Amino acid sequence: MTDTSPSLLPTAAPIRRGARSVGRILLGFSGVAALALAWDLAIRFGGRTLLPSPAQVAAAIFELTRQGFLVRHVVASLFRVTWGFLLAVLLGVPLGIWLGWNRRARAAAAPLLELLRPISPLAWIPIAILWLGVGDASAIFIIFLGALFPITLAAMNAVAKVPEIYFNAGRNFGLTRTDLVRRVIYPATVPQLLVGLRLALGIAWLVVVAAEMIAVNSGLGFLIIDARNAGNRYDLVVAGMVLIGTIGLALDAAIRRLERSRAVRWGFAAPASPAPRRPRLAPAR
Amino acid sequence: MKAAPAPAPGRVKVEIRGLAMTFGGDGRDVRVLEDIDLDVGDGELVCVLGPSGCGKSTLLNIVGGFLAPTAGAVRIDGEEVRGPDPRRIFVFQERGVFPWLTVEGNIGFGLSKLPPGQRAERIAHYVRLVGLTGFERAYPQELSGGMKQRVEVARALAVNPDVLYLDEPFGALDSITRLVMRAELLRIWEAEKKTILFVTHDIEESVQLADRVVVLSARPGRVQRIVTIDLPHPRDLSSRRYLELRDSIFEEIGLAHKI
Amino acid sequence: MTASPPPQRSQATGSRAVTHRAEVILLPALAGLFFLGAWQAAVSWSGTDVFPGPLAVFRGLRELAQKGLLVGYVRDSLFRVGAGYALALAVGIPLGAFLGWNAAAAVAANPVIQLLRPISPLAWIPVAIVLFGVGNAATIFLIFLASLFPVLVATMNGVRNISATHLAAGRNFGLSAIALFLRVIFPGALPNVLTGLRIALGVAWLVVVAAEMIAVNSGLGYLVIDARNAGKRYDLVVAAMLLIGVIGLLLNVLMLRVERLRALRWGFRTE
Repeated sequence: MTDTSPSLLPTAAPIRRGARSVGRILLGFSGVAALALAWDLAIRFGGRTLLPSPAQVAAAIFELTRQGFLVRHVVASLFRVTWGFLLAVLLGVPLGIWLGWNRRARAAAAPLLELLRPISPLAWIPIAILWLGVGDASAIFIIFLGALFPITLAAMNAVAKVPEIYFNAGRNFGLTRTDLVRRVIYPATVPQLLVGLRLALGIAWLVVVAAEMIAVNSGLGFLIIDARNAGNRYDLVVAGMVLIGTIGLALDAAIRRLERSRAVRWGFAAPASPAPRRPRLAPAR
Repeated sequence: MKAAPAPAPGRVKVEIRGLAMTFGGDGRDVRVLEDIDLDVGDGELVCVLGPSGCGKSTLLNIVGGFLAPTAGAVRIDGEEVRGPDPRRIFVFQERGVFPWLTVEGNIGFGLSKLPPGQRAERIAHYVRLVGLTGFERAYPQELSGGMKQRVEVARALAVNPDVLYLDEPFGALDSITRLVMRAELLRIWEAEKKTILFVTHDIEESVQLADRVVVLSARPGRVQRIVTIDLPHPRDLSSRRYLELRDSIFEEIGLAHKI
Repeated sequence: MTASPPPQRSQATGSRAVTHRAEVILLPALAGLFFLGAWQAAVSWSGTDVFPGPLAVFRGLRELAQKGLLVGYVRDSLFRVGAGYALALAVGIPLGAFLGWNAAAAVAANPVIQLLRPISPLAWIPVAIVLFGVGNAATIFLIFLASLFPVLVATMNGVRNISATHLAAGRNFGLSAIALFLRVIFPGALPNVLTGLRIALGVAWLVVVAAEMIAVNSGLGYLVIDARNAGKRYDLVVAAMLLIGVIGLLLNVLMLRVERLRALRWGFRTE
């Protein structure tokens, strides 16, 4: 039953498709440009001489690249994220699947998980340093912790939501338990799992930056703290922030790409098919 | 060949002339409706019938003022329709009910301008009319599909509109509930004497309910034929005349009635 | 043995309800006891004199309570969260509603939001300190930043995904634009907004703890760092972590309770 009810959102007038994407890109840039402009003006007239202007930040980024530090810091941060994230996936996905499947295990573990989840990974820092010393291992451990809970919970919820009919169909066709996991549960949970992974990656990225401010000697988080401590180089600080934002965005976009791949697209609600073309709207009385 | 658009005697309430609708975009124009002429008499129940995609919902939306036609005009009581209006309420399928309001809240939705005493009285009247006594404080999610539909009809009636538009209102219900709801609708119609324009793809439904059935062709939708149902209410669904009328519509649409 | 299907989603009834409820209480309790036991055993067996066992943690908590610090620290952390969170709501909900409604504005604002969102609030610390100096204001600013995005995005989505049918019905009844917003759009968006609020509260709690590690002199986050730095009091460190977990859990439960209110339940599928 197609939804042919009218769309009454007071959006801009309908634009032809080709024009539409150009328009969108321009609008998108305008937003960022407006931000940069506001920033620049704020610095100029704000009277705070410590904070840098967009131009200074751009210069700082350039300087970092030239000196080769940019690559080094970015790689260091990415390295830690990758490790922490992978470890969290390796432990979290199977654990989550098991908990989603097994009601008793879930009942037993859920309160404990709910108790541990609100504890910021950074609160684990003293423990991490105690167990693993200062350095990469601690940072990776912190990231691992940060990513573990979202991934486990996502896997758990994804499995719990698999409709029973799928199980019945699988059993009807005589699948063994392993087969059931491989051919029914896993594919059925992948879309939701991907969303959980994307969120966890975002958290991991947030955490790595914070973890690096405290426990190591390289990486973007370290850059931010060090640039300030070692000489109030706020242009480098903000440069670091801009880089963090951009890379975080890129990581997020990468996984969203995955989410759009044909193999998993079925799991995501199709964008609402409106009255497919927008006719002239009758004005409100 | 067009049948005369004129209704039974009585004054004309809704006047549709030369209506056409084209959806355009990306160079691909789709003509959905073409050359629709129709008059609906005051107090008449007219069904617009057609297969999926023939534009009947679009037609209703245009008459209701939610879409502007590419050509032609709709006049109600001589006044051109320019937008949605509380005097002519559109009844959607059950998803038109507001889930954050109770049954009372929904039915009273259009009554905010009334003094509270009158409002409560009006709401109570319509709760009774649609047979939902006892459910005033319930939320839609606690109700069945048929009950939600009743809430929507009550909500529409409560503001005392001139015309009611129903867009396949019983489509989401099971067939038994549908029969019950049709009887309910007729009962309410006879009690309140509203003009009703009713869209459906169900041939039986149209013959059971309507004074006249407007058969639309497949896209682009044109008025293929207007069948006057000259059966008195209550309609005997096994009577010869009913079956004759029904079968003639089947043939009109081009469907064999043997499976 | 054939695979067992996942748990029934239908409500357990009768005797199954009794077993079900017993399970929900008994199993976690058992699991919890087991965990505590294992923890204590690990600590004793490894002979560490630094890392605390559950008993040591409990004693640490009692010590904090006796010194009158416990209430004060909890209160300070909650205050900062409350202030930052309230600010995030005051800015995020109206702004999100606007962006959800006006598609053009949304397209313009989206890249900005996507760029700013991944920047850890903690990366803002130096900026916050420059703007506000060390102290409460800086932490509140950080919490505000952290809570803002979930609220903003959720409100945007809530408003943008309003059912077209509901809008049409609202206009059919002759509602003005403002009335439409108050009586149809906002209630319709409320479930999404509430979810965003819940997530934002969780994030706020995560961030306050982290922010306190760096910028102030009181609060649970501060306790975590200070207990270690000022004397390797790991029993207090873990005690603080435990408190953080418990309060965070309570806050989350509170939000879930709100979602279950009868007037709001329609937007959430209750299991």
